[in-house]
Amino acid sequence: MKKETWKELTIGTINLDAGNSVKNLTGTWRSGKKPQFIQDKCIQCFFCWLYCPHSAILVEGDEVKGINYDYCTGCGICSVECPPKEKAIIMVKEEVKLAEGGAE
Amino acid sequence: MSTLKTLNGNQTIAEAVRQIDPDVMAAYPITPSTAIVEAIAKFKADGLITGEFVCPESEHSAMSLCIGASSAGGRVMTATASQGLALMWEMLYIAAGLRLPIVAAIANRSLSAPINIHGDHSDTMGARDSGWIQIYSENCQEAYDNFIQAFRIGEDLKVRTPVLVGLDGFIISHSMEVIQVEDDDEVKKFVGEYKPVYPLLDTSRKMTVGPIDFTDYYFEHKRNQIEGIENAPPVIEAVGKEFGRDFGRQYGFLEEYRMDDAEICIVVMSSAAGTCKDAVDELRSDGKRIGLLKPRIYRPFAHQKIAEALKKMKAVAVLDRSSSPGAFGAPLFTDIRSALYDYEERPHIVNYVYGLGGRDIKVEHFKEVALKLEKIAETGKVEELYGYINLRE
Amino acid sequence: MAKLKDLAAMEDRLVAGHGMCIGCGIPIIFRIVLRATEDPLIIANATGCLEVCTTIFPRTSWNITWVHSAFENAAATIAGVESMYQALKKKGRIPEDKKIRFLGIGGDGGTYDIGLQALSGAVERGHDIVYICYDNNVYANTGGQRSSATPLGASATTSPEGKESPGKLQRRKDLTKILVAHNIPYVAQASPNRWQDLYKKAQKAFETEGPAFLNILCLCPTEWKYDESQGIRLAQTAIDSCVWPLYEVENGKYKINYLPKEKKPVLEWIKAQGRFRHLFKEENAWVLEEFQKQVDEDWEELHKLANL
Repeated sequence: MKKETWKELTIGTINLDAGNSVKNLTGTWRSGKKPQFIQDKCIQCFFCWLYCPHSAILVEGDEVKGINYDYCTGCGICSVECPPKEKAIIMVKEEVKLAEGGAE
Repeated sequence: MSTLKTLNGNQTIAEAVRQIDPDVMAAYPITPSTAIVEAIAKFKADGLITGEFVCPESEHSAMSLCIGASSAGGRVMTATASQGLALMWEMLYIAAGLRLPIVAAIANRSLSAPINIHGDHSDTMGARDSGWIQIYSENCQEAYDNFIQAFRIGEDLKVRTPVLVGLDGFIISHSMEVIQVEDDDEVKKFVGEYKPVYPLLDTSRKMTVGPIDFTDYYFEHKRNQIEGIENAPPVIEAVGKEFGRDFGRQYGFLEEYRMDDAEICIVVMSSAAGTCKDAVDELRSDGKRIGLLKPRIYRPFAHQKIAEALKKMKAVAVLDRSSSPGAFGAPLFTDIRSALYDYEERPHIVNYVYGLGGRDIKVEHFKEVALKLEKIAETGKVEELYGYINLRE
Repeated sequence: MAKLKDLAAMEDRLVAGHGMCIGCGIPIIFRIVLRATEDPLIIANATGCLEVCTTIFPRTSWNITWVHSAFENAAATIAGVESMYQALKKKGRIPEDKKIRFLGIGGDGGTYDIGLQALSGAVERGHDIVYICYDNNVYANTGGQRSSATPLGASATTSPEGKESPGKLQRRKDLTKILVAHNIPYVAQASPNRWQDLYKKAQKAFETEGPAFLNILCLCPTEWKYDESQGIRLAQTAIDSCVWPLYEVENGKYKINYLPKEKKPVLEWIKAQGRFRHLFKEENAWVLEEFQKQVDEDWEELHKLANL
């Protein structure tokens, strides 16, 4: 990413590009485990969406559809909070990949 | 049409505040600037101003409020002194870094310890690297005029930098003078409407103001900030001229008093410059070729203008109303000495610290300095580079 | 009653890609809180985890108007923004019907400690603001130093446990009570595991005319040292053991919002966290006792205040 010169910066240390941190893919932090979404077990309670610290639950229309691995850091809260006896989110092993440079 | 009024320095600032009617005024009482805050509160109570007056629980919060209010997108002022300015210190840098044109009236007072309520420049000199423009006033009239101009200077779109206006504690803040107060409408017209730049209250534009920089951006943002104060000199000149055109009292960076054929010169800011003028007049009538140079703007520092004015002198004494312990002279001196470095032709230059904690400086003291300068001019020798005036040795 | 489905459909005001820790409780709190008003909102954030992790230039996770100036002054800064809003409304430069909400945010370091004076001043002056403290009991941003919100016996880097010390020797400061003493219209304690309660409290706070204060328990796996997947369970334990009672004080009237069916021993809370691990040494048994005693006292007092 090209970094601005001092003349190109907005005065007063202001970032006008609201919400651009979505370009930081925190999914690269996962180490060893990831949640797996099992659609047909999902009761659409949205607890996973509610309690995910990294906004990594995919919601399409008004349904939870899965995990956004670009952001999921693998904390596992979603799986613990998933209410059905047979959970719709389970934690599975993930082969650790060496970082590929992350976002930009 | 201006009116003649008998006011003290604090009242002149308050009068200007009433006329300008800033959108938010947030200030905390402290001697000797308390009367400014009280007057604003009373104006508000009497319905003479429409802006919000906020009475915070500390100067730190006062400046934080000013920062919030100025970021929100409107005209903001405060007033303080001494420990109050010192408590604001952290936030002064942030106001400058966020490029917020807050205007502060500072009734210059010493810093503790020991605690002392009287006038010196320790407070504002302590803030000299904070990024604020600094204007010093010789008397009540100048305090009034400077304070009005401060808004125009700081709010200029190329400058967008906070401005402080110093008036010596008690010597100006509490001394009555007959001053010309301009018409409310004329002052309002001169200051003009406030132009917000990236106001928070325009919520249609989402902004992150004051984010964290790592090593890859801090330096660029700092340089970007410095540009604001570096853009100020032509604006200060233009505003000073326009003020002269509208109100008959013109201002620039410096006042040169009887400097034309002077061989020795005293450099001093603020109220002491007034006393020095009397000393210069008396010395002149004795045939001494002495002049006074009174810097009005301390930041941005007019190094070239000052050096040009001083380079032909044989000997110069810079008088500082603050000390810089352990440094090679007090602030104004080190700046001026450095400004002269590039000139092959340059005067001998000495430094005297005076008036700490409100200690008087009188005509006789300036005459003593003149004697020393004469001796240096004659002998070409500086025996005492750095000294104190009116101190029991 | 709010439905999560509907909340999920709202625009994110704090978006993904922030740098908060794996399992961090802060974004969970603000996912709920920032949906509790649909009005335009301006945030002033104190220096701390949330501020640092969301605004590393040139990135920002804020999809809303947000300002940071320093550590101890979020309340004063947001009060300044609010003052300008009031001024410009009176002067006709903002339309009379334009409603903007103002939110100050700080952690326990920025609120209980260094920012307490500015907060006290701002609420005493009656600014129309909401202030939220996310209380994770520790200076987490600087790496785990004690704050006045750190509980008795917790080991923090500036109150470490050791041969001569059982960790922090002092009782937690009761900040919520201090805010109640300001006689402001709305004060509440909440926890993210009771999200409906938190959501309602945030709604009430935003709708309050004048100052409102929320103290929200904030999970911190990094400094509390627990399995990060268990965070919401741990918050449940906090309210079940009455370590973190959920209550509100509306115009001076106390109401307890959660009465555990069976009050759990604080041991349940303590044993789940590494910061208390040393308390199970024999010589520190008195701390466990004292901790339980303090929680019981506070819970009893709260019952009295709520006339239960």
